[in-house]
Amino acid sequence: MSKNYDVIVVGAGHAGCEAAYAAAKLGCRTLLLTINLSTIALMPCNPAIGGPAAKSHLVREIDALGGLMGRIIDNSFLNIRLLNESRGPAVRALRAQADKVLYQSLMTQALESAPNLDVRQGIVTEILVEDGAVQGVKTKHGVEFTAPAVILATGTFLRGVLVVGQLRYPGGRAGEPGVNELSENLESLGIELSRFQSATPPRLHADSVDYEKLTEQPGSPVPLRFSFDSDHDDRPQIPCWYTRTTPKTIEVIRDNLHHSPIQSGSVVGEGPRFCPSIDRKVMRFPDKLDHQVFLEPEGRYTKELYCLGLTTAMPEYVQEEIVRSIPGLEHAKIMRPGYAVEYDYIPPSQMTLSLESRVVSGLFTAGQINGTSGYEEAAAQGIIAGINAAHKVLGKEPVILRRSEAYIGVLVDDLVTKGTTEPYRMMTSRAEYRLLLRVDNADLRLRPLGYKLGLVGEEQFARFNDKRRLINETINWLNVTRVNPTAEVRAKLQELGSGDLKKSVSLADLLQRPELSFADLKFFADCPELPGEVIEQVEISVKYAGYVERQLRQVAEFQRLEDVKIPDNIDYMKIHGLRTEARERLTAVRPVNLGQAARISGVSPADISVLAVVLKDVDKYVSA
Amino acid sequence: MTEQTIAAIATAVGEAGIGIVRLSGKEAFDIAEKMFVTKRGDSPKSLPGYSARYGRVVDPYQGRTIDEAILLVMRGPYSYTGEDVVEFQCHGGVVVVQKILETALRLGARMAEPGEFTKRAFLNGRLDLSQAEAVIDVVRSRTEESLAVAVDQLEGSLSKRISAIREQLYDLVVRVEAIIDYPEDDIPELEVDEMAEVIRTVIGELERLIATADQGKVLREGLKAVITGKPNVGKSSLLNRLLDEQRALVTDIPGTTRDTIEEVLNLRGIPLRLIDTAGIRESDDVVERLGVERAVQLWGEADLIIHVMDGSVPLSSEDREILARTRDKLRVVVINKSDLPRVWSLDDLDARDLGEAPVVEMSLLEGELTPLVDAVVGLVSKGGIRESTASQAIVTRARHKTALEEAKADLENALETLSMGLPLDLISVGLQGALEHLGEITGETVRENIIDRIFAQFCIGK
Repeated sequence: MSKNYDVIVVGAGHAGCEAAYAAAKLGCRTLLLTINLSTIALMPCNPAIGGPAAKSHLVREIDALGGLMGRIIDNSFLNIRLLNESRGPAVRALRAQADKVLYQSLMTQALESAPNLDVRQGIVTEILVEDGAVQGVKTKHGVEFTAPAVILATGTFLRGVLVVGQLRYPGGRAGEPGVNELSENLESLGIELSRFQSATPPRLHADSVDYEKLTEQPGSPVPLRFSFDSDHDDRPQIPCWYTRTTPKTIEVIRDNLHHSPIQSGSVVGEGPRFCPSIDRKVMRFPDKLDHQVFLEPEGRYTKELYCLGLTTAMPEYVQEEIVRSIPGLEHAKIMRPGYAVEYDYIPPSQMTLSLESRVVSGLFTAGQINGTSGYEEAAAQGIIAGINAAHKVLGKEPVILRRSEAYIGVLVDDLVTKGTTEPYRMMTSRAEYRLLLRVDNADLRLRPLGYKLGLVGEEQFARFNDKRRLINETINWLNVTRVNPTAEVRAKLQELGSGDLKKSVSLADLLQRPELSFADLKFFADCPELPGEVIEQVEISVKYAGYVERQLRQVAEFQRLEDVKIPDNIDYMKIHGLRTEARERLTAVRPVNLGQAARISGVSPADISVLAVVLKDVDKYVSA
Repeated sequence: MTEQTIAAIATAVGEAGIGIVRLSGKEAFDIAEKMFVTKRGDSPKSLPGYSARYGRVVDPYQGRTIDEAILLVMRGPYSYTGEDVVEFQCHGGVVVVQKILETALRLGARMAEPGEFTKRAFLNGRLDLSQAEAVIDVVRSRTEESLAVAVDQLEGSLSKRISAIREQLYDLVVRVEAIIDYPEDDIPELEVDEMAEVIRTVIGELERLIATADQGKVLREGLKAVITGKPNVGKSSLLNRLLDEQRALVTDIPGTTRDTIEEVLNLRGIPLRLIDTAGIRESDDVVERLGVERAVQLWGEADLIIHVMDGSVPLSSEDREILARTRDKLRVVVINKSDLPRVWSLDDLDARDLGEAPVVEMSLLEGELTPLVDAVVGLVSKGGIRESTASQAIVTRARHKTALEEAKADLENALETLSMGLPLDLISVGLQGALEHLGEITGETVRENIIDRIFAQFCIGK
């Protein structure tokens, strides 16, 4: 069997899966190595995809580019809901509860049947490097695999330590070993590592919960899907359940704070602020007397319930007391205790915007190793690292998405340019141009690129083109079709609770009225029958045209700084006007343009003014 | 980087009791060595930073002493520009100062461009952008009041004021963003009325700040004033009288066009940039010299028009036309030649053309100028320019005014979006836009702050 590949992916979590699939799809002979073939695409924490607003945007973007996550969750969810419906099209979000075992099975199947892709069990302990360039990897069993590009997607496994109460022991995840050798190897290559931590709540037995005391949270009655390619089905949905903590919960936690690893210091490294443990919530917000708890099924064929809101690494007996202080959980049985994991990550400003290391050529990274948190964030980096590793091997230009083009672009730029001081999660507030980066138009933004790259198939693209054509034709029709202020029309408008009509207007003008929807237009013209996704696009395009145009102008403005290129050999140490911190940060990040430079933390607007002046006379400041 | 040594006269020509010539750059010390002899006999080149020596400035080519002077030495990077700097402080007087500058130039320095010392200070990291702007304002201040405002700005009273306004906006934005990004957490909903009230309050405060911008402009740049009137009514007398009165403060600054020059004078603390249409003193007929179009254009650009009429000859159609054409301007009307018999009265003028302009009857040949000065100052003060300057944030920079206006427009948009019942994501566009525009003045970034504040204020996460 050949041990020579074009691309090797280390780790088969959500980043590794997308990376391997993309690289193989682009024609590279690809090897995916994982510690355990049975844990491909495992969801070790919350068994859900989407949720807080921008995560579903990421999934849709991955899907538009031709990635797997959207299709697989569509075929494996237990329930799905639409969030933020009333808060506007830009921030609408999907949240799907996954059957986590089914999700794994479907992902494993997709990878195992992908052409050009070998999936294999093995613990990578060393990156083989010659003259600063990747040559391949070596496993714990001493097997060497060669490739000019390697993608590290090792999650929490690098020097992983599990923590419960005062107990600390090595491990990458509960029941799985960590890997120390690879961390040492990376450090010896000159890559700097740092520590983060994360934690997960206990899982309960479904039959030990008193549902009478819980509130049911059913799935959406309207069919919803992540992927632009999925068909709707009417599979029965399994609900989640909702309860709240009590004053007793807070008392238990306060009495046991000395056992909290965060409080006692038995866990080191920054944890995510958006995903605090229940102990931390009680400490930081002492005035808040109760906290939400969601109970979520982990699969159709398991009794395990995920306990969202009760993340903790307290000793097991304290976890039990916390759980039992909550209405409906008085007799609940813990099946898996919560715990914290502490791990190495590579501060991501050591990477370029194509997610390649600045230190070792051909070494790419994706997922938690880059300091992020979340399956969706990992998968998004995975597809980008996969594409760029393949392009490196194929001698093609790297693919770098702009901040105005995709949340994936915001994600990668934030990581590389700003770095992160806590596990990074995507939020819509991180994007400057939220109205452009909507969950509904991810295909319009990225599918043409996915097709051009070769990740989106002919049939998928033809379907996309039909949709795009239909949208454009309909908008055109709305603009040219007139409505006259006849008595009949005016009466109908009044009936619909809309303002009077004085003169002839276009259908588009009517649709711009906030109180009217596309469906209402049938009273004024012969509306064509259209698919729901086309109507959605048309409504948003017409209703919010003014706002969208404004953001497009801002993008053009923003682009002006992005267009001021900074030569790669500029010597920041020669520019005395920069403050020392700015000089160091700029030297570390090496921004490619002035816009990126402006986003680096530690670089002030005054520094940017200095750079702007200097760049007009840049020849003086480049190193020979 | 190798920058040429620059030199310039640092004091206003002819005004001050002492004159200062400043040099900055690598060769500043070498040049000083060649043109300054210390009384003690030590070498200027060997002096430590921040020391001074008494001695003589000499012309090494002719071997003659130019003046007695004090040499001040600052070594880079601990100088204003961050480079080696020397200053010659001499007895003043145009000739002496010019001579010292010429000598420095002959010894290898280059004449500094306007603002080049400050530019170097900025490029060498001695000043940040806003400070550099304020320094330029301080240097260019023409009266004590405008100096006070510039100094105030340097100390940051404007940014304090803007920070307070931003704080109110942040509170709102952070709640909006927390609701949007954490749909499943318990974050209290925002009521439309509550949002509208905050936005309206902030718009009101921005409007008050923007209103100070015009005063700021006057204080920084001077009030642009034009003298009008038909030929031979006494325009040139008025100009000369005003200049006589203010002789000590007059400097000639080239006008924006070839056909005008500006005379800057200080009328009781109000800097006045009198546009002298170059020919006033000779032909006395602006319209004849420049053509009607140009004259109308000049009136349009002016902040203040002083219209001079002759009370001893009959009213002409020209007078009426000038008054009619300048109706919407800040004006003072001077009726000259009160020493001669009056042949017309104010009632002969169209009341609408005259408007509320104060009328001063006087003789520019022999009368006191005080009533006219009172009228001008009174007119300007009525606009609130004088009282408001003490220790209040005033917007003096066009850049700041634009940012404030854009922030206000963004908030008005947000308010409209809100009133149309549109969703939060659209409302947030205006709110965040306003924050960013205000951040342009204070130099803060917005996005990270919002996220940090969300986590500080709300118990987020499950």
